[in-house]
Amino acid sequence: MLRVVELEHAFARAAAPTFRHVSFEAGPGTLVTISGASGAGKTTLLRCLAGLEPFQRGTVDVGDVRVEADGDAAAHTRLRGHVGLVFQTLELFPHLSALENCVLAPMRVRGARRAEAEAAARDLLATLGLADKCAAYPAHLSGGQRQRVAIARALAMAPRVLLYDEPTSALDPSLRDEVLDALQRVRATGVAQVVVTHDPTFASAAVERRYLLAAGTLRALADAER
Amino acid sequence: MGGYRTRTYRIQRAVALVVLALGCLRGTAAADDALARLRAAGELRWGADAQGGAPYVFQDPMDPTHLIGFEVELADAVARGLGVRARPVPGQWESLLELLTRGDFDVALNGIEVAPEKERVCRLSHPYYAAAERLTVRADDGGAPRGLDDVRGRPVGTLPGSLAERILGRSGALVRTYEGGQNEIYADLALGRTDAVLLDAPITRYYAEIDPRLRVLDGSFGEVRYAIATRREDEALTAALNDVLDRLARDGTLRRIYERWGLWNPETAALLGDPAPASGQVAEAFAAWRAAVGALPPFSVRLREWYPRSQALFARAALMTLALALAAMAVAVTLGAVLALARVYGPKPVAWAATGYIEFMRGTPLLVQLVMLYFGLPELGITLDPFVAGALALGLNYAAAEAENYRAGLESVHVGQLEAAWCLRLSTWQALRWVIGPQAVRVAIPPVTNDFIALLKDSSLVSLVTLTELTKTYVTLANATRDHLGLGLVVAAWYLAIGLPFARLARWAELRLGRHLRPA
Repeated sequence: MLRVVELEHAFARAAAPTFRHVSFEAGPGTLVTISGASGAGKTTLLRCLAGLEPFQRGTVDVGDVRVEADGDAAAHTRLRGHVGLVFQTLELFPHLSALENCVLAPMRVRGARRAEAEAAARDLLATLGLADKCAAYPAHLSGGQRQRVAIARALAMAPRVLLYDEPTSALDPSLRDEVLDALQRVRATGVAQVVVTHDPTFASAAVERRYLLAAGTLRALADAER
Repeated sequence: MGGYRTRTYRIQRAVALVVLALGCLRGTAAADDALARLRAAGELRWGADAQGGAPYVFQDPMDPTHLIGFEVELADAVARGLGVRARPVPGQWESLLELLTRGDFDVALNGIEVAPEKERVCRLSHPYYAAAERLTVRADDGGAPRGLDDVRGRPVGTLPGSLAERILGRSGALVRTYEGGQNEIYADLALGRTDAVLLDAPITRYYAEIDPRLRVLDGSFGEVRYAIATRREDEALTAALNDVLDRLARDGTLRRIYERWGLWNPETAALLGDPAPASGQVAEAFAAWRAAVGALPPFSVRLREWYPRSQALFARAALMTLALALAAMAVAVTLGAVLALARVYGPKPVAWAATGYIEFMRGTPLLVQLVMLYFGLPELGITLDPFVAGALALGLNYAAAEAENYRAGLESVHVGQLEAAWCLRLSTWQALRWVIGPQAVRVAIPPVTNDFIALLKDSSLVSLVTLTELTKTYVTLANATRDHLGLGLVVAAWYLAIGLPFARLARWAELRLGRHLRPA
């Protein structure tokens, strides 16, 4: 589903690479975490996978879409069709309700009719425990609820891969379980999930594979290293 | 009488400078026959500024929809003599000769003073009226000047650009010129801010002699003559005008008009070759004007009887103001949005071009832009209709301000919103339309509202291009009736009646777009 091979990124040609030799995979319905210290390049890695940041070496495959190093804008746009990203800052659209956040792209991009887009969005929000929050604006929701609206918004475009940037960093410990629970429900839909985090909560979560981004490269963690 | 009317001296100077610059560029205009043209059209379009006040061309205090004055009657008589009817065209007094050259009317007939510098830019008919310059002082001022020998070093009021101003300058007086009407010049004298006023006899008659606090000195301190101006190339028209004026002088029509208005004097008698300098007629028009405005009735009476009569005039002017503001705002909003998007999202050369436009348009006076558009473009063969020129000048100028308002709005939206939209596969345009635009608009609404109201007020500048809107109507009426304070409140009410609903609408839209910011 998601296959990353020998990815290398640098912010400028002459600059030292942010990371290199990054390779990993995430299959349908699997959950992969990438941990690492602040500034290790975790967010940059996610942005490369989401088609927001060009990279200098390697390939990213999502299903049958391949993006190569120094790819053009069209390649990145194709990637965005299959990859969803939940930003650390969420970037919910503040002027739209939870439901409107989730139907905007299906209606404007896929041309879905409002009725069917809303029905699908209501289902998604209900799956994530937000059935009664459809009409609420983001500012009127709790942190955990907002996090789940952002997930629902990304899922509404039916991505094969969903990326999360520090999904629990801004949350109380009590709210983190809400998000972990949401991730488990998404897993049931068959979407591959990649979570960038330094939150030890994930150490105890059910996760297929754990990676550590450190010293400019990615390595798999053995169970003992959690 | 030189600047018998003035809007503001600053405006006059700015217009003069631009007009002078354009004059250097001007080639020879196409010399078709104006006389044949106006006969074919069946009307003589004569340019005048009703803001001038009595007794030249002004609104009847008893019926403000009606234009009266000795020059109105003169224009009618001249048109009849040419076998056509007269149609007055309003224009700023300082710009009458430029509007004439541009072709907005056939002749300028509004106290155009015979002077060599005028004859350099237009052709002048035989003079139709002559008058003395009269010196007015305070009645109770024991040390008041008794003649021009006494004014050296003392403050003396007059109108800018007039023969009187030049005479005072030569006499060494501290010349005070006024931006307002004749009324203020004499009011300042009565209040002791100046020691004397030197102005043409007709103005003195209508604005000084009726004030018991003032005393008009005997004797003449100079002589001014008025003539009808035509374009330099309209030789045949000037000859025809001279024929008609000579005939009107011979058959006593001019004398009858001047006597009605109480303006017959020895200077004009000599000018027209009339042997009887003394007037035997009752000056009925002067008496009517004096009865109407000699002593301003109390505010309550004006409110009950005067103001209702002028509302039709104000309503028409308000429509003009509103139409101009809406047309200009449509231009400003559309162009402003394009400029803001170009500046924020455009490639470098496009962004630079947008920035250049914004800096140029907001860094140069609207007045200069309007004069260039209206008087300058004809040089390039583009002659704009007054309304189009006015709306376009306002719109092009305010587009720069709008662009900056929108840019502020756009840049208030976090860049992550655009990336989030991209990640949902929205295009940049879709993101602007559905995500960034609605958030930016809310932020931009208060400054945009501000600008619309500023534009509403700036629309008063278009009186320069012969349009009659609210401010022009107010100044004109106030001068005709000597009622500046009461009518000022009336015109203020009209402006607020237009501006306040818009402000309310904007506030409503802002709250609506900001629903998500209020507590749940």
